[in-house]
Amino acid sequence: MLYRETGQFKTSYTADMGIFPLRQDRNALLVLLAFAFVGVPLLAHFHIWPFGSEYLLRAILLPFLILSLAAIGVNILIGFCGQISLGSGAFMAVGAYMAYKFGTGMPEIGLPALPVLVSILLGGVCSALVGILFGIPSLRIKGLYLAVATLAAQFFFDWVFLRVAWFTNYAPSGSVSAPELSFFGWVVNEPVERYLLCLMFVTVFALIAKNLVRGNIGRQWMAIRDMDIAAELMGIRPFIAKLSAFAVSSFIVGVAGALWAFVYLGAWEPLAFSIDRSLQLLFMVIIGGLGSILGSFLGAGFILIVPIMLNLIPSELGVPLSTETISHLEFIIFGSLICFLLIKEPHGFARLVTLMKEKLRLWPFPY
Amino acid sequence: MRKLLGTAVLVGLGLATAAPVLAQGEQFIPVLSYRTGAYAVNGVPFANGTLDYLALLNERDGGINGVKISWEECETGYATDKGVECYERLKGKGATGAAYVSPLSTGITFALTEKAPGDKIPLLTLGYGRSESRNGAVFPWNFIAMGSYWTGADVAIQHVAKEMGGFDKLKGKKISLVYHDSPYGKEPIPALEAFAKKYGYTFKGIPVTHPGVEQKSQWLSIRQDRPDYVLLWGWGVMNGTSIKEAAAVAYPRDKMIGIWWSGAEPDVTPAGDGAIGYKALMLQHGPGQFGVHAEIKKNVIDKGKGHGKEDFGQVLYNRGLINSFIGTEAIRTAQAKFGKKPLSGEDVRWGFENLNITEARIKEAGFEGMMKPLKLSCTDHQGADLARVQQWDGKEWKVISDWYTADRAVLDALVAEQSAKYAAEKKITPVDCSKAG
Amino acid sequence: MTALNFAIPGGIGAILAGLMFALLKGDRKSAVDMVVHVFLAVVMAIFIAFLAAKAIENPGGFTEILVGGLLSGVLYSLVALGFVLIFKASGVFNYAQGAMVLVAGLALVRSLDFLTAKGVATIAAVPLAILFSGAVMALCAFVIEKWVLRPLLNQDGLTLFMSTIGATFVLEGLAQMIFGSGVYPLKLFPTDPMILLENVFPGGILVNKLDVWGGVIAGVLVATLAAFFQYTKTGRALRAVADDHAAAQSVGIPISWIWFIVWLVAGIVALVAATVWGTKLGVQFSITFLALKALPVLIIGGFTSVPGAIAGGLIVGAGEKLAELYLGEIIGGGIEYWFAYVLALAVLLVRPQGLFGEKIIERI
Repeated sequence: MLYRETGQFKTSYTADMGIFPLRQDRNALLVLLAFAFVGVPLLAHFHIWPFGSEYLLRAILLPFLILSLAAIGVNILIGFCGQISLGSGAFMAVGAYMAYKFGTGMPEIGLPALPVLVSILLGGVCSALVGILFGIPSLRIKGLYLAVATLAAQFFFDWVFLRVAWFTNYAPSGSVSAPELSFFGWVVNEPVERYLLCLMFVTVFALIAKNLVRGNIGRQWMAIRDMDIAAELMGIRPFIAKLSAFAVSSFIVGVAGALWAFVYLGAWEPLAFSIDRSLQLLFMVIIGGLGSILGSFLGAGFILIVPIMLNLIPSELGVPLSTETISHLEFIIFGSLICFLLIKEPHGFARLVTLMKEKLRLWPFPY
Repeated sequence: MRKLLGTAVLVGLGLATAAPVLAQGEQFIPVLSYRTGAYAVNGVPFANGTLDYLALLNERDGGINGVKISWEECETGYATDKGVECYERLKGKGATGAAYVSPLSTGITFALTEKAPGDKIPLLTLGYGRSESRNGAVFPWNFIAMGSYWTGADVAIQHVAKEMGGFDKLKGKKISLVYHDSPYGKEPIPALEAFAKKYGYTFKGIPVTHPGVEQKSQWLSIRQDRPDYVLLWGWGVMNGTSIKEAAAVAYPRDKMIGIWWSGAEPDVTPAGDGAIGYKALMLQHGPGQFGVHAEIKKNVIDKGKGHGKEDFGQVLYNRGLINSFIGTEAIRTAQAKFGKKPLSGEDVRWGFENLNITEARIKEAGFEGMMKPLKLSCTDHQGADLARVQQWDGKEWKVISDWYTADRAVLDALVAEQSAKYAAEKKITPVDCSKAG
Repeated sequence: MTALNFAIPGGIGAILAGLMFALLKGDRKSAVDMVVHVFLAVVMAIFIAFLAAKAIENPGGFTEILVGGLLSGVLYSLVALGFVLIFKASGVFNYAQGAMVLVAGLALVRSLDFLTAKGVATIAAVPLAILFSGAVMALCAFVIEKWVLRPLLNQDGLTLFMSTIGATFVLEGLAQMIFGSGVYPLKLFPTDPMILLENVFPGGILVNKLDVWGGVIAGVLVATLAAFFQYTKTGRALRAVADDHAAAQSVGIPISWIWFIVWLVAGIVALVAATVWGTKLGVQFSITFLALKALPVLIIGGFTSVPGAIAGGLIVGAGEKLAELYLGEIIGGGIEYWFAYVLALAVLLVRPQGLFGEKIIERI
């Protein structure tokens, strides 16, 4: 009744090719965006539950947004182009460290410290270049072999940022801290400001990604994913398609890495972008749904929030369990949940949403 | 399915945000710990000691000067992002927010150093963290009490010189550092390089990749290189593996000196007899049971409220006790100025900066034999430069040296240089310590 | 080192590498392939020349590192073998192998401690403890097969891979909750060093007895597995399932039973790995990181080959130790982690299925 396209006629090709052809989808998105951009800051400002607490903004929403962005990047590579990568953590690290280098200047080549926004984007560009380089093996290797091969990037960059002192401005410990977050005079410091900053990045990149994947290049990616030999025979050049997927994906992941370092952590070391981060991102896109932008958000939310909740519940309910037991239980329950979800819905949350929409179109007259 | 999840998320968020207001009038102390993961072996005894001393204060004295303490543990797993999450979760709890935070990981310390000034919460980093944070003018919120890695490096070199028969004997000798390849392991390198210039020994750093389960090549290179001494900056599984590999290449264990984080029982027991003769620095204290242990046994453990079991009186357990002792003494100091009520982080920071733990106070609290007097000030957030050396005899740690005092001439220059660099990068105007109250 | 010292082995290395690539090149003819091959051949020639120069400089030290590297490579193979067995039979890339080593090790060491504390003589306690941990591994195999793999039948490799990561979390949590999260020393094998060939090289060659034991055990294990696959009915059924699930099922091979057996055998292999690695490191959580060290071994050897796991282990072990010591001096230490992966990547570029893997044939 509420969710059906009856009566929505498309009178132009442009309308027919709209990013959200259904009016209901469009409206829902607008409401969501309005809430995220206006509602949350207002609620936070007036300290209204649940957005009044700094904890929710700084420790849940901020990492959620940044990791969603990274998950979108990973999803482009794995979900849309079918190239499994376990090196996403490394691409995040490249984005973070190069953004740091651009943000603090490179006196060796006479480059002054650049504004933060430019450095973050340039960090993404560097990450894209590295992505292309490490994407070259994908022209020959496929599937799980490729996955393990991308681990070479992961471990290599873990090492590079530890060993090459230039990347850390010769800090004795090798840990670096982000420059001041100033955008055209707007200094981002308050949790709400940080939240808004990330939200803007995520919105822009999610829209770009959504547009990319339904356009020419996105269709090439999907053709390669579904069967690369057939795609090649149809005239799609795997060289261009695969490497462009690596480039776009690494760019977004790199920007997310820069945000993770600059906005969330503040100071970081290579361990912040270890293999665990790569696996976490892989989980996000698989649980969320391969080949779905919406799924990236759902997966990021699930993978990020469930462990924190599992950790919180016993102490908040006053169950007398030791921290040790809680942590082990957290592991066990989280692992079981993942197995359960994979068994019940191997295509992830995105598929559940699609099914729900199908049901909703018939509701309440399912005949 | 989805509905269920949605409800669960809502419930969870509700729990997270509508945190129950803790009983009024309690001083809240967050406890960041790691009882799981690769470093749990070392994290558990430290956390147990930290908790047991807080419990002792509550059980025996009803808190600090009658102000009850409350605390909550949060598992960081030694991961920086989880540590930040824990910090955000706990910093606002209690009547006045967190009194102080002990990050218990060099990586988390670096991340929190950026956040603490904004939240006005002091960080107590007992013998770890940023060595240059000794300079309280640039790092007003960091308190690297009792010793930094640079102090450790200095004392280790002093001990080497003493065993060799004087600093002049260091000339032309080879000293290698086997270190955990992370900010933690890299901290001592500038100090060791500075000393190499001063004393004329050849320094070589040998990194071990996290977590350090495979070190054969590192130790084969030591066997071929034959350095006169090997310093060890490891953590968790890396320590035990290093000692075992040293035994495997027949490198004499009594020529190895570990930092105080490589000198506890879980580090040597896996190596069995291979660890006999291995030496490590002591962050003033070693293992053993002292006055405070008897009190904890009587007031906490026998009441079934304790955490310490077989680790009771072990090195890291004792360090946990001292960590809580210094933190609560800072609160006590601050109470003298601000009144006997739960204090904010800002007040406690004043307490840290004016902390003066005297011989008499140490004796009264039952820490005699574990630590020396400690006095912090605005210019000096470390307060002590003392350490001793202990040696493992196969069953227990034996103190084998007298007290060493680190040579501040070299280290202070490093502190000044690095903290000035940090201040410039962050555009911090150093506090004028002559005016700080 | 003099220029001549470098040039002669360099020439030999270049010829060797060129020959190797000519042999491996196979039928690929595209220009990109040629460029990649030439590039790899040049890099490899330089590396071999570099190593040869080092070997001439100090033959004793070089041999010591080489032998040490080969032996520690065998220890990686022990972990890699478990991966191969499961991948061969069920196409599952089992990330949980590292966690299984932890579970087996903890079960073994804790039951051993328990029995010794009860006053059981060591001679009786060890077999009992091994029996107990074998039973634990059987339980693991049963649970994983029944509740994780069977419902996921016919899903793609990535989903199966992720489900084994889920299983890893569960195993790690459970094992530490039941058996404790400390570090538990295990003393099943001698770990003292011995010096070989003292009359050939000054100072001799130092070899750890544990590593030698590891090599012997790996040899016995591979022989046993080969015999099991070759001569037992179950083993032959296993190979049939590995070749083609559907065909095997159609001739009456009970597939879920076979998968249980495979996971059990992988569990036993994990137990064997745990005895060696537990003696080396002490049984503790960090043992799970071995999974990451075993992955390049697998790639080089090929996911489906048991001898490949051993050969891959030897290559990775020797390669990473030599690189760490000789290359690490120049570009900074700590390179062995990524060097093993880069080595694997190089192998994949030439042979996408690994050295011993079955050739991947693609159809439309």
